[in-house]
Amino acid sequence: MILSEKTASQLSALYKEKKCAPDETLKSLGEAVRAKDARTRAYIQFDPSRARRRDVSKDAPLWGVPIAVKDNICVADEEITCASKILQGFISPYHATVIEKLLAAGAVICGRTNMDEFAFGSSCETSFYGPTRNPRDPGRVPGGSSGGSAACVADHTAIAALGSDTGGSIRQPASLCGVVGIKPTYGRVSRYGLVAFASSLDQIGPITKDVRDAALLLGVLAGHDPKDSTSANLPVPDYPEVLGRPIKGMKIGIPREYLSSGSGQSGISPAVQKAVREDAVRVLERLGASCREVSLPHTAYAASTYYIIAPSEASSNLARFDGVRFGFRHRGGKNLLEMYEKTRGEGFGAEAKRRIILGTYSLSSGYYDAYYLRAMKVRTKIKNDFDEAFKQVDVLLTPTSPSTAFKLGEKSTDPVEMYLSDIYTISANLAGVPAISIPCGIEERAGKPLPIGLQFMAKPFDEAALFQVAHAFEQHTDFHKKLGNVKE
Amino acid sequence: MTPIDLRPVARLARLHLTDAELKTLEPQVARILDFIESLKAVKIEGVEPTSHPLSLSNVFREDKPEAFDGAALEAFIKRSPGSRGNFFEVPKIIEDKS
Repeated sequence: MILSEKTASQLSALYKEKKCAPDETLKSLGEAVRAKDARTRAYIQFDPSRARRRDVSKDAPLWGVPIAVKDNICVADEEITCASKILQGFISPYHATVIEKLLAAGAVICGRTNMDEFAFGSSCETSFYGPTRNPRDPGRVPGGSSGGSAACVADHTAIAALGSDTGGSIRQPASLCGVVGIKPTYGRVSRYGLVAFASSLDQIGPITKDVRDAALLLGVLAGHDPKDSTSANLPVPDYPEVLGRPIKGMKIGIPREYLSSGSGQSGISPAVQKAVREDAVRVLERLGASCREVSLPHTAYAASTYYIIAPSEASSNLARFDGVRFGFRHRGGKNLLEMYEKTRGEGFGAEAKRRIILGTYSLSSGYYDAYYLRAMKVRTKIKNDFDEAFKQVDVLLTPTSPSTAFKLGEKSTDPVEMYLSDIYTISANLAGVPAISIPCGIEERAGKPLPIGLQFMAKPFDEAALFQVAHAFEQHTDFHKKLGNVKE
Repeated sequence: MTPIDLRPVARLARLHLTDAELKTLEPQVARILDFIESLKAVKIEGVEPTSHPLSLSNVFREDKPEAFDGAALEAFIKRSPGSRGNFFEVPKIIEDKS
Protein backbone atom coordinates (compact mmCIF):
# COMPACT_ATOMS: atom_id res chain seq x y z
CA MET A 1 0.00 0.00 0.00
CA ILE A 2 1.53 3.28 -1.15
CA LEU A 3 -0.15 6.07 0.80
CA SER A 4 0.85 8.87 -1.59
CA GLU A 5 -1.24 7.15 -4.26
CA LYS A 6 -4.44 7.39 -2.21
CA THR A 7 -7.26 9.88 -2.54
CA ALA A 8 -8.38 12.02 0.39
CA SER A 9 -11.49 9.92 0.92
CA GLN A 10 -9.47 6.66 0.78
CA LEU A 11 -7.08 8.06 3.39
CA SER A 12 -9.97 9.08 5.67
CA ALA A 13 -11.31 5.54 5.54
CA LEU A 14 -7.87 4.07 6.25
CA TYR A 15 -7.37 6.40 9.23
CA LYS A 16 -10.77 5.46 10.65
CA GLU A 17 -9.89 1.78 10.37
CA LYS A 18 -6.56 2.61 12.05
CA LYS A 19 -4.67 1.05 9.14
CA CYS A 20 -2.30 4.01 8.90
CA ALA A 21 -1.59 7.42 10.39
CA PRO A 22 -1.15 10.91 8.89
CA ASP A 23 2.59 10.94 9.60
CA GLU A 24 2.99 7.84 7.46
CA THR A 25 1.17 9.60 4.62
CA LEU A 26 3.53 12.56 4.92
CA LYS A 27 6.50 10.22 4.90
CA SER A 28 5.17 8.46 1.80
CA LEU A 29 4.66 11.80 0.06
CA GLY A 30 8.18 12.84 1.01
CA GLU A 31 9.52 9.68 -0.64
CA ALA A 32 7.39 10.24 -3.74
CA VAL A 33 8.56 13.85 -4.04
CA ARG A 34 12.21 12.81 -3.68
CA ALA A 35 11.80 10.13 -6.32
CA LYS A 36 9.69 12.03 -8.85
CA ASP A 37 9.73 15.80 -8.45
CA ALA A 38 13.06 16.25 -10.25
CA ARG A 39 11.22 15.07 -13.38
CA THR A 40 8.19 17.37 -13.11
CA ARG A 41 9.35 20.22 -10.83
CA ALA A 42 5.79 20.61 -9.59
CA TYR A 43 6.84 22.00 -6.23
CA ILE A 44 8.56 25.26 -5.36
CA GLN A 45 9.00 23.91 -1.86
CA PHE A 46 8.11 20.63 -0.20
CA ASP A 47 9.25 20.17 3.37
CA PRO A 48 7.18 17.84 5.59
CA SER A 49 8.94 19.28 8.65
CA ARG A 50 7.16 22.58 7.91
CA ALA A 51 3.74 20.94 7.59
CA ARG A 52 0.92 22.88 9.30
CA ARG A 53 -1.90 21.22 11.15
CA ARG A 54 -4.24 21.85 14.04
CA ASP A 55 -5.33 19.64 16.85
CA VAL A 56 -8.92 19.02 15.77
CA SER A 57 -11.35 16.12 16.11
CA LYS A 58 -10.51 13.02 14.12
CA ASP A 59 -14.03 13.23 12.73
CA ALA A 60 -13.17 16.45 10.87
CA PRO A 61 -13.75 15.89 7.13
CA LEU A 62 -10.10 16.21 6.05
CA TRP A 63 -8.39 15.01 9.21
CA GLY A 64 -4.82 14.01 8.41
CA VAL A 65 -5.11 14.70 4.66
CA PRO A 66 -2.11 16.58 3.23
CA ILE A 67 -2.98 19.37 0.79
CA ALA A 68 -0.49 21.17 -1.48
CA VAL A 69 -1.04 24.88 -2.08
CA LYS A 70 -0.44 27.03 -5.13
CA ASP A 71 2.18 29.67 -4.38
CA ASN A 72 -0.29 32.58 -4.63
CA ILE A 73 -2.26 31.61 -1.51
CA CYS A 74 -1.03 32.92 1.86
CA VAL A 75 0.13 30.44 4.50
CA ALA A 76 1.14 32.42 7.61
CA ASP A 77 4.90 32.73 8.16
CA GLU A 78 5.75 30.88 4.94
CA GLU A 79 7.33 32.49 1.89
CA ILE A 80 4.88 33.33 -0.90
CA THR A 81 6.27 34.30 -4.30
CA CYS A 82 3.61 33.79 -7.02
CA ALA A 83 6.61 32.29 -8.85
CA SER A 84 7.95 35.83 -9.36
CA LYS A 85 11.30 37.36 -8.56
CA ILE A 86 9.55 40.48 -7.29
CA LEU A 87 8.12 38.62 -4.28
CA GLN A 88 11.28 36.67 -3.43
CA GLY A 89 11.68 36.48 0.33
CA PHE A 90 8.24 37.82 1.24
CA ILE A 91 6.71 35.99 4.18
CA SER A 92 2.90 35.79 4.46
CA PRO A 93 1.68 37.70 7.52
CA TYR A 94 -1.53 35.65 7.82
CA HIS A 95 -3.43 32.61 6.56
CA ALA A 96 -5.77 32.91 3.60
CA THR A 97 -9.34 32.06 4.63
CA VAL A 98 -9.13 28.81 2.62
CA ILE A 99 -6.08 27.79 4.67
CA GLU A 100 -7.94 28.56 7.93
CA LYS A 101 -10.82 26.41 6.68
CA LEU A 102 -8.56 23.53 5.66
CA LEU A 103 -6.77 23.58 9.02
CA ALA A 104 -10.09 23.67 10.88
CA ALA A 105 -11.17 20.65 8.80
CA GLY A 106 -8.07 18.74 9.95
CA ALA A 107 -6.05 19.02 6.72
CA VAL A 108 -2.26 19.13 6.79
CA ILE A 109 -0.90 22.04 4.73
CA CYS A 110 2.27 21.01 3.07
CA GLY A 111 4.11 22.16 -0.02
CA ARG A 112 3.97 25.21 -2.29
CA THR A 113 3.34 24.41 -5.94
CA ASN A 114 4.78 26.04 -9.05
CA MET A 115 2.71 28.27 -11.31
CA ASP A 116 2.94 30.76 -14.12
CA GLU A 117 4.25 34.05 -12.72
CA PHE A 118 1.31 35.76 -10.97
CA ALA A 119 -0.90 33.15 -12.71
CA PHE A 120 -0.24 34.76 -16.10
CA GLY A 121 -0.06 31.84 -18.48
CA SER A 122 -1.47 28.57 -19.71
CA SER A 123 1.65 26.41 -19.63
CA CYS A 124 3.53 26.97 -16.35
CA GLU A 125 6.49 28.16 -18.44
CA THR A 126 6.55 31.74 -17.12
CA SER A 127 7.58 30.77 -13.57
CA PHE A 128 10.71 32.47 -12.24
CA TYR A 129 11.74 29.00 -10.98
CA GLY A 130 11.54 27.44 -14.43
CA PRO A 131 8.78 25.34 -15.99
CA THR A 132 6.87 22.44 -14.50
CA ARG A 133 6.57 19.42 -16.77
CA ASN A 134 3.59 17.19 -17.44
CA PRO A 135 3.95 13.86 -15.59
CA ARG A 136 2.20 12.05 -18.48
CA ASP A 137 4.99 13.23 -20.84
CA PRO A 138 7.79 15.43 -19.47
CA GLY A 139 8.38 16.90 -22.94
CA ARG A 140 5.00 18.58 -22.63
CA VAL A 141 3.56 21.33 -20.47
CA PRO A 142 1.20 20.59 -17.56
CA GLY A 143 -1.00 23.55 -18.51
CA GLY A 144 -1.35 26.61 -16.40
CA SER A 145 -1.39 28.59 -14.46
CA SER A 146 -1.94 26.03 -11.65
CA GLY A 147 0.41 23.64 -13.48
CA GLY A 148 2.33 22.61 -10.36
CA SER A 149 -0.85 21.75 -8.47
CA ALA A 150 -2.24 19.66 -11.34
CA ALA A 151 1.10 17.93 -12.00
CA CYS A 152 1.70 16.88 -8.39
CA VAL A 153 -1.82 15.45 -8.06
CA ALA A 154 -1.48 13.53 -11.35
CA ASP A 155 2.00 12.31 -10.36
CA HIS A 156 0.89 11.16 -6.86
CA THR A 157 3.32 13.55 -5.21
CA ALA A 158 0.27 15.18 -3.60
CA ILE A 159 -3.06 13.84 -2.39
CA ALA A 160 -4.92 16.96 -3.52
CA ALA A 161 -4.03 20.59 -4.13
CA LEU A 162 -5.42 24.10 -4.23
CA GLY A 163 -5.32 26.11 -7.42
CA SER A 164 -6.75 29.41 -8.53
CA ASP A 165 -8.66 30.09 -11.74
CA THR A 166 -8.97 33.45 -13.47
CA GLY A 167 -9.52 32.26 -17.05
CA GLY A 168 -9.09 28.49 -16.79
CA SER A 169 -6.07 28.16 -14.53
CA ILE A 170 -7.53 25.25 -12.54
CA ARG A 171 -9.46 23.50 -15.32
CA GLN A 172 -6.98 23.65 -18.20
CA PRO A 173 -4.04 22.12 -16.24
CA ALA A 174 -6.44 19.57 -14.71
CA SER A 175 -7.43 18.65 -18.28
CA LEU A 176 -3.86 18.46 -19.60
CA CYS A 177 -2.67 16.39 -16.61
CA GLY A 178 -5.77 14.14 -16.52
CA VAL A 179 -7.15 15.03 -13.10
CA VAL A 180 -10.24 16.82 -11.73
CA GLY A 181 -10.40 20.58 -11.21
CA ILE A 182 -13.30 22.83 -10.32
CA LYS A 183 -13.63 26.59 -10.55
CA PRO A 184 -16.46 27.49 -8.18
CA THR A 185 -19.02 30.24 -8.81
CA TYR A 186 -17.53 33.70 -8.35
CA GLY A 187 -18.23 34.46 -4.68
CA ARG A 188 -18.51 30.83 -3.53
CA VAL A 189 -15.00 30.65 -2.02
CA SER A 190 -13.32 33.51 -0.19
CA ARG A 191 -10.47 35.22 -2.01
CA TYR A 192 -9.03 36.66 1.22
CA GLY A 193 -5.34 35.80 1.20
CA LEU A 194 -5.19 34.99 -2.52
CA VAL A 195 -2.76 37.33 -4.27
CA ALA A 196 -5.10 39.14 -6.63
CA PHE A 197 -4.63 38.77 -10.40
CA ALA A 198 -8.02 39.93 -11.75
CA SER A 199 -10.33 40.53 -8.82
CA SER A 200 -13.60 40.18 -10.73
CA LEU A 201 -12.56 36.81 -12.21
CA ASP A 202 -10.38 35.01 -9.63
CA GLN A 203 -11.62 31.99 -7.68
CA ILE A 204 -9.78 29.39 -5.60
CA GLY A 205 -10.71 25.74 -6.10
CA PRO A 206 -9.45 22.18 -5.56
CA ILE A 207 -7.51 19.93 -7.95
CA THR A 208 -8.04 16.29 -7.07
CA LYS A 209 -7.67 12.69 -8.26
CA ASP A 210 -11.41 12.09 -8.53
CA VAL A 211 -14.79 13.82 -8.35
CA ARG A 212 -15.51 12.62 -4.81
CA ASP A 213 -12.42 14.41 -3.48
CA ALA A 214 -13.37 17.58 -5.37
CA ALA A 215 -16.82 17.55 -3.72
CA LEU A 216 -15.27 16.84 -0.32
CA LEU A 217 -12.76 19.68 -0.61
CA LEU A 218 -15.12 22.27 -2.04
CA GLY A 219 -17.51 21.56 0.85
CA VAL A 220 -14.71 22.63 3.20
CA LEU A 221 -13.50 25.63 1.17
CA ALA A 222 -16.88 27.18 0.31
CA GLY A 223 -18.86 29.64 2.37
CA HIS A 224 -19.32 33.25 3.29
CA ASP A 225 -16.35 35.23 4.59
CA PRO A 226 -16.80 38.74 6.00
CA LYS A 227 -13.18 39.42 5.02
CA ASP A 228 -14.06 39.17 1.31
CA SER A 229 -16.76 41.66 0.30
CA THR A 230 -17.41 39.69 -2.89
CA SER A 231 -18.08 36.46 -1.01
CA ALA A 232 -21.70 35.30 -1.26
CA ASN A 233 -23.72 34.79 1.90
CA LEU A 234 -25.45 31.59 0.82
CA PRO A 235 -25.71 28.16 2.44
CA VAL A 236 -23.27 25.51 1.19
CA PRO A 237 -24.95 22.24 0.16
CA ASP A 238 -23.59 18.87 1.25
CA TYR A 239 -21.70 18.17 -1.98
CA PRO A 240 -20.63 14.54 -1.32
CA GLU A 241 -24.33 13.84 -0.69
CA VAL A 242 -25.20 14.35 -4.39
CA LEU A 243 -22.63 11.80 -5.60
CA GLY A 244 -24.30 8.70 -6.96
CA ARG A 245 -27.59 10.42 -7.76
CA PRO A 246 -28.78 9.35 -11.20
CA ILE A 247 -28.71 11.87 -14.04
CA LYS A 248 -31.72 10.44 -15.83
CA GLY A 249 -33.71 13.34 -17.25
CA MET A 250 -30.92 15.86 -16.77
CA LYS A 251 -30.85 18.38 -19.61
CA ILE A 252 -27.37 18.92 -21.03
CA GLY A 253 -26.64 21.70 -23.51
CA ILE A 254 -23.84 21.59 -26.06
CA PRO A 255 -22.92 25.11 -27.15
CA ARG A 256 -22.64 24.83 -30.92
CA GLU A 257 -20.10 27.68 -31.03
CA TYR A 258 -17.61 25.56 -29.04
CA LEU A 259 -17.51 22.55 -31.31
CA SER A 260 -18.40 23.55 -34.82
CA SER A 261 -15.55 24.20 -37.16
CA GLY A 262 -15.26 27.50 -38.95
CA SER A 263 -16.74 29.47 -36.06
CA GLY A 264 -13.53 31.41 -35.66
CA GLN A 265 -12.37 29.34 -32.70
CA SER A 266 -8.84 28.14 -32.35
CA GLY A 267 -8.55 24.77 -34.05
CA ILE A 268 -10.01 22.00 -31.96
CA SER A 269 -8.10 18.78 -32.40
CA PRO A 270 -9.99 15.86 -33.97
CA ALA A 271 -9.28 13.68 -30.92
CA VAL A 272 -10.82 16.23 -28.56
CA GLN A 273 -13.79 16.81 -30.88
CA LYS A 274 -14.53 13.07 -31.00
CA ALA A 275 -14.01 12.42 -27.28
CA VAL A 276 -16.41 15.21 -26.33
CA ARG A 277 -18.95 15.54 -29.12
CA GLU A 278 -19.36 11.83 -29.82
CA ASP A 279 -18.07 9.62 -27.01
CA ALA A 280 -18.98 11.74 -23.97
CA VAL A 281 -22.41 12.61 -25.35
CA ARG A 282 -23.10 8.92 -26.01
CA VAL A 283 -22.20 8.02 -22.41
CA LEU A 284 -24.38 10.76 -20.96
CA GLU A 285 -27.32 9.77 -23.13
CA ARG A 286 -26.89 6.15 -22.11
CA LEU A 287 -27.14 7.34 -18.50
CA GLY A 288 -30.50 8.90 -19.32
CA ALA A 289 -29.54 12.54 -19.81
CA SER A 290 -30.88 14.40 -22.81
CA CYS A 291 -28.28 16.29 -24.82
CA ARG A 292 -29.18 19.10 -27.19
CA GLU A 293 -27.42 21.94 -28.92
CA VAL A 294 -27.75 25.42 -27.49
CA SER A 295 -26.26 28.71 -28.58
CA LEU A 296 -23.94 31.10 -26.74
CA PRO A 297 -23.80 33.67 -29.55
CA HIS A 298 -21.07 35.90 -28.10
CA THR A 299 -18.56 33.08 -27.54
CA ALA A 300 -16.32 34.34 -30.32
CA TYR A 301 -15.77 37.59 -28.38
CA ALA A 302 -14.88 36.01 -25.03
CA ALA A 303 -11.12 35.87 -25.58
CA SER A 304 -10.89 39.51 -26.70
CA THR A 305 -13.06 40.61 -23.79
CA TYR A 306 -10.96 38.63 -21.36
CA TYR A 307 -7.66 39.97 -22.69
CA ILE A 308 -8.84 43.51 -21.98
CA ILE A 309 -10.47 42.95 -18.60
CA ALA A 310 -7.93 40.56 -17.05
CA PRO A 311 -4.78 42.60 -17.87
CA SER A 312 -6.55 45.83 -16.85
CA GLU A 313 -7.36 44.45 -13.43
CA ALA A 314 -3.91 42.85 -13.21
CA SER A 315 -2.07 46.09 -13.99
CA SER A 316 -4.01 47.75 -11.20
CA ASN A 317 -3.51 44.89 -8.70
CA LEU A 318 0.21 44.62 -9.45
CA ALA A 319 0.78 48.32 -8.81
CA ARG A 320 1.39 47.43 -5.16
CA PHE A 321 4.62 45.61 -6.02
CA ASP A 322 6.94 48.58 -6.10
CA GLY A 323 9.83 47.64 -3.82
CA VAL A 324 8.45 49.36 -0.73
CA ARG A 325 6.47 46.70 1.13
CA PHE A 326 7.04 43.34 -0.56
CA GLY A 327 9.93 41.09 -1.46
CA PHE A 328 12.52 42.36 -3.92
CA ARG A 329 13.84 45.94 -4.14
CA HIS A 330 16.29 47.44 -6.64
CA ARG A 331 19.00 48.97 -4.47
CA GLY A 332 20.67 51.50 -6.75
CA GLY A 333 17.75 53.90 -7.37
CA LYS A 334 18.68 57.59 -7.09
CA ASN A 335 15.17 58.52 -6.05
CA LEU A 336 11.81 56.94 -5.28
CA LEU A 337 10.57 56.92 -8.88
CA GLU A 338 13.70 55.23 -10.15
CA MET A 339 13.48 52.69 -7.32
CA TYR A 340 9.89 51.86 -8.37
CA GLU A 341 10.69 51.59 -12.07
CA LYS A 342 13.89 49.55 -11.67
CA THR A 343 12.37 47.27 -9.03
CA ARG A 344 9.47 46.50 -11.33
CA GLY A 345 11.67 46.29 -14.43
CA GLU A 346 13.96 43.74 -12.77
CA GLY A 347 11.36 41.99 -10.65
CA PHE A 348 8.67 41.13 -13.21
CA GLY A 349 9.14 38.57 -15.97
CA ALA A 350 8.23 39.02 -19.64
CA GLU A 351 4.59 37.88 -19.49
CA ALA A 352 3.86 39.98 -16.39
CA LYS A 353 5.34 43.02 -18.14
CA ARG A 354 3.27 42.32 -21.25
CA ARG A 355 0.07 42.20 -19.20
CA ILE A 356 0.92 45.28 -17.13
CA ILE A 357 1.58 47.24 -20.32
CA LEU A 358 -1.55 45.94 -22.03
CA GLY A 359 -3.71 46.72 -18.98
CA THR A 360 -2.20 50.16 -18.48
CA TYR A 361 -2.80 50.87 -22.16
CA SER A 362 -6.48 49.74 -22.03
CA LEU A 363 -7.14 51.86 -18.95
CA SER A 364 -5.27 54.97 -20.05
CA SER A 365 -7.15 58.12 -20.90
CA GLY A 366 -8.23 58.17 -24.52
CA TYR A 367 -8.45 54.36 -24.72
CA TYR A 368 -10.65 53.55 -21.70
CA ASP A 369 -13.98 53.82 -23.56
CA ALA A 370 -12.77 51.97 -26.64
CA TYR A 371 -11.24 49.10 -24.68
CA TYR A 372 -12.11 48.63 -21.01
CA LEU A 373 -15.63 50.07 -21.01
CA ARG A 374 -16.52 48.31 -24.26
CA ALA A 375 -15.19 45.01 -22.88
CA MET A 376 -17.32 45.37 -19.73
CA LYS A 377 -20.40 45.82 -21.93
CA VAL A 378 -19.56 42.80 -24.07
CA ARG A 379 -19.10 40.92 -20.80
CA THR A 380 -22.75 41.69 -19.99
CA LYS A 381 -23.79 40.14 -23.32
CA ILE A 382 -21.66 37.03 -22.64
CA LYS A 383 -23.25 36.69 -19.21
CA ASN A 384 -26.75 37.11 -20.73
CA ASP A 385 -25.99 34.27 -23.15
CA PHE A 386 -25.41 31.97 -20.17
CA ASP A 387 -28.58 33.16 -18.40
CA GLU A 388 -30.56 32.32 -21.55
CA ALA A 389 -28.89 28.93 -21.99
CA PHE A 390 -29.60 27.94 -18.37
CA LYS A 391 -33.31 28.62 -18.92
CA GLN A 392 -33.22 25.67 -21.32
CA VAL A 393 -30.72 23.23 -19.81
CA ASP A 394 -29.28 22.19 -16.41
CA VAL A 395 -25.62 22.05 -17.39
CA LEU A 396 -23.46 22.83 -20.41
CA LEU A 397 -20.91 20.42 -21.83
CA THR A 398 -17.77 21.55 -23.71
CA PRO A 399 -14.15 20.49 -24.12
CA THR A 400 -11.87 22.04 -21.47
CA SER A 401 -9.06 22.72 -23.91
CA PRO A 402 -8.91 22.60 -27.72
CA SER A 403 -6.01 20.11 -27.62
CA THR A 404 -4.15 17.75 -25.34
CA ALA A 405 -0.90 18.90 -23.68
CA PHE A 406 1.40 20.77 -26.05
CA LYS A 407 5.20 20.68 -26.05
CA LEU A 408 7.35 23.01 -23.99
CA GLY A 409 8.18 26.08 -26.07
CA GLU A 410 5.51 25.27 -28.67
CA LYS A 411 3.34 28.31 -27.91
CA SER A 412 5.68 30.55 -25.97
CA THR A 413 6.72 32.72 -28.93
CA ASP A 414 3.25 33.98 -29.88
CA PRO A 415 1.21 35.38 -26.97
CA VAL A 416 -2.07 35.32 -28.92
CA GLU A 417 -1.71 31.63 -29.70
CA MET A 418 -1.04 30.94 -26.02
CA TYR A 419 -4.07 33.04 -25.04
CA LEU A 420 -6.29 30.96 -27.35
CA SER A 421 -5.54 27.79 -25.41
CA ASP A 422 -7.99 29.18 -22.80
CA ILE A 423 -10.74 29.69 -25.35
CA TYR A 424 -13.20 27.24 -23.74
CA THR A 425 -12.58 28.18 -20.13
CA ILE A 426 -12.58 31.99 -19.97
CA SER A 427 -16.31 32.48 -20.55
CA ALA A 428 -17.13 30.84 -17.20
CA ASN A 429 -14.97 33.44 -15.42
CA LEU A 430 -16.50 36.33 -17.34
CA ALA A 431 -20.02 35.08 -16.54
CA GLY A 432 -19.07 34.01 -13.00
CA VAL A 433 -20.55 30.51 -13.41
CA PRO A 434 -19.06 27.34 -11.87
CA ALA A 435 -17.22 24.87 -14.12
CA ILE A 436 -15.49 21.52 -13.62
CA SER A 437 -12.99 19.62 -15.76
CA ILE A 438 -12.77 15.83 -15.62
CA PRO A 439 -10.91 13.31 -17.80
CA CYS A 440 -12.96 12.00 -20.75
CA GLY A 441 -10.44 10.40 -23.06
CA ILE A 442 -6.85 9.52 -23.78
CA GLU A 443 -4.95 10.43 -26.93
CA GLU A 444 -1.87 8.28 -27.59
CA ARG A 445 1.00 10.45 -28.86
CA ALA A 446 4.40 8.80 -29.38
CA GLY A 447 3.44 6.08 -26.92
CA LYS A 448 2.44 8.56 -24.21
CA PRO A 449 -1.15 8.67 -22.91
CA LEU A 450 -2.26 12.31 -23.13
CA PRO A 451 -5.49 13.01 -21.23
CA ILE A 452 -8.47 14.82 -22.78
CA GLY A 453 -10.64 16.97 -20.52
CA LEU A 454 -14.41 17.46 -20.47
CA GLN A 455 -15.88 20.63 -19.01
CA PHE A 456 -19.32 21.01 -17.45
CA MET A 457 -20.66 24.45 -16.56
CA ALA A 458 -23.74 25.15 -14.42
CA LYS A 459 -25.80 28.11 -13.33
CA PRO A 460 -24.38 30.27 -10.53
CA PHE A 461 -24.03 28.44 -7.17
CA ASP A 462 -25.17 25.11 -8.64
CA GLU A 463 -21.86 23.29 -8.10
CA ALA A 464 -23.95 20.34 -6.86
CA ALA A 465 -25.22 19.75 -10.42
CA LEU A 466 -21.60 19.68 -11.63
CA PHE A 467 -20.61 17.06 -9.06
CA GLN A 468 -23.67 14.97 -9.81
CA VAL A 469 -23.11 14.80 -13.58
CA ALA A 470 -19.29 14.62 -13.35
CA HIS A 471 -19.45 11.77 -10.85
CA ALA A 472 -21.96 9.82 -12.95
CA PHE A 473 -19.72 10.23 -16.00
CA GLU A 474 -16.59 9.29 -14.07
CA GLN A 475 -18.10 6.17 -12.51
CA HIS A 476 -19.37 5.02 -15.90
CA THR A 477 -16.18 5.66 -17.89
CA ASP A 478 -13.49 4.97 -15.28
CA PHE A 479 -10.94 7.35 -16.83
CA HIS A 480 -9.80 8.18 -13.28
CA LYS A 481 -8.74 4.53 -12.99
CA LYS A 482 -7.47 4.16 -16.55
CA LEU A 483 -5.18 7.14 -15.93
CA GLY A 484 -3.99 5.66 -12.65
CA ASN A 485 -5.37 8.46 -10.47
CA VAL A 486 -7.34 6.08 -8.32
CA LYS A 487 -6.05 2.65 -7.46
CA GLU A 488 -7.97 0.05 -5.52
CA MET B 1 -0.73 46.63 -37.89
CA THR B 2 -0.21 50.21 -36.65
CA PRO B 3 3.19 50.77 -35.02
CA ILE B 4 2.90 51.62 -31.36
CA ASP B 5 5.12 53.55 -28.91
CA LEU B 6 4.97 51.95 -25.50
CA ARG B 7 7.39 54.29 -23.68
CA PRO B 8 4.62 56.58 -22.35
CA VAL B 9 2.63 53.52 -21.22
CA ALA B 10 5.68 52.11 -19.42
CA ARG B 11 6.11 55.45 -17.64
CA LEU B 12 2.48 55.35 -16.50
CA ALA B 13 3.01 51.78 -15.25
CA ARG B 14 6.22 52.79 -13.39
CA LEU B 15 7.92 49.99 -15.28
CA HIS B 16 11.47 50.29 -16.61
CA LEU B 17 11.78 48.53 -19.97
CA THR B 18 15.06 48.19 -21.84
CA ASP B 19 15.25 49.12 -25.53
CA ALA B 20 15.43 45.41 -26.35
CA GLU B 21 12.28 44.73 -24.32
CA LEU B 22 10.42 47.58 -26.04
CA LYS B 23 11.45 46.23 -29.41
CA THR B 24 9.98 42.82 -28.58
CA LEU B 25 6.88 44.12 -26.80
CA GLU B 26 5.73 46.73 -29.29
CA PRO B 27 4.84 44.35 -32.15
CA GLN B 28 3.39 41.83 -29.65
CA VAL B 29 1.11 44.40 -28.06
CA ALA B 30 0.14 45.69 -31.51
CA ARG B 31 -0.79 42.12 -32.48
CA ILE B 32 -2.84 41.64 -29.30
CA LEU B 33 -4.63 44.96 -29.91
CA ASP B 34 -5.39 43.85 -33.46
CA PHE B 35 -6.87 40.63 -32.06
CA ILE B 36 -8.99 42.64 -29.62
CA GLU B 37 -10.32 44.84 -32.47
CA SER B 38 -12.98 42.16 -33.11
CA LEU B 39 -14.99 43.63 -30.21
CA LYS B 40 -15.86 46.62 -32.38
CA ALA B 41 -18.31 44.36 -34.22
CA VAL B 42 -20.50 43.87 -31.10
CA LYS B 43 -23.53 46.15 -30.76
CA ILE B 44 -23.29 47.63 -27.27
CA GLU B 45 -25.74 50.54 -27.41
CA GLY B 46 -27.84 50.58 -24.25
CA VAL B 47 -25.91 47.68 -22.63
CA GLU B 48 -24.88 48.18 -19.00
CA PRO B 49 -21.25 47.29 -18.21
CA THR B 50 -20.51 44.30 -15.94
CA SER B 51 -17.67 45.02 -13.53
CA HIS B 52 -18.13 41.76 -11.60
CA PRO B 53 -20.57 38.88 -11.93
CA LEU B 54 -22.40 39.10 -8.59
CA SER B 55 -25.47 41.19 -7.88
CA LEU B 56 -23.91 42.42 -4.62
CA SER B 57 -23.28 46.10 -4.08
CA ASN B 58 -22.16 48.27 -1.17
CA VAL B 59 -21.12 45.47 1.16
CA PHE B 60 -20.14 47.12 4.45
CA ARG B 61 -19.08 45.73 7.75
CA GLU B 62 -20.15 47.25 11.03
CA ASP B 63 -18.04 50.32 11.72
CA LYS B 64 -16.55 49.52 15.10
CA PRO B 65 -13.00 50.02 16.33
CA GLU B 66 -10.85 46.96 16.87
CA ALA B 67 -7.70 46.79 18.94
CA PHE B 68 -4.56 46.42 16.86
CA ASP B 69 -1.50 44.74 18.23
CA GLY B 70 1.50 47.06 17.93
CA ALA B 71 3.90 44.11 17.93
CA ALA B 72 2.03 42.68 14.93
CA LEU B 73 2.48 45.97 13.11
CA GLU B 74 6.21 45.93 13.66
CA ALA B 75 6.43 42.28 12.63
CA PHE B 76 4.52 43.14 9.47
CA ILE B 77 6.72 46.09 8.57
CA LYS B 78 9.83 43.99 9.12
CA ARG B 79 8.72 41.76 6.23
CA SER B 80 9.40 44.60 3.81
CA PRO B 81 12.69 45.00 1.93
CA GLY B 82 13.52 48.15 3.92
CA SER B 83 12.26 49.38 7.29
CA ARG B 84 13.25 51.37 10.32
CA GLY B 85 11.15 50.96 13.49
CA ASN B 86 7.52 51.23 12.51
CA PHE B 87 8.27 52.80 9.13
CA PHE B 88 8.95 51.59 5.60
CA GLU B 89 12.25 53.04 4.47
CA VAL B 90 12.49 54.42 0.90
CA PRO B 91 15.01 56.53 -1.04
CA LYS B 92 14.89 60.25 -0.45
CA ILE B 93 11.84 61.87 -2.06
CA ILE B 94 12.69 65.53 -1.46
CA GLU B 95 15.23 66.89 -3.95
CA ASP B 96 18.18 68.96 -2.65
CA LYS B 97 18.02 72.64 -3.53
CA SER B 98 20.77 73.41 -5.99
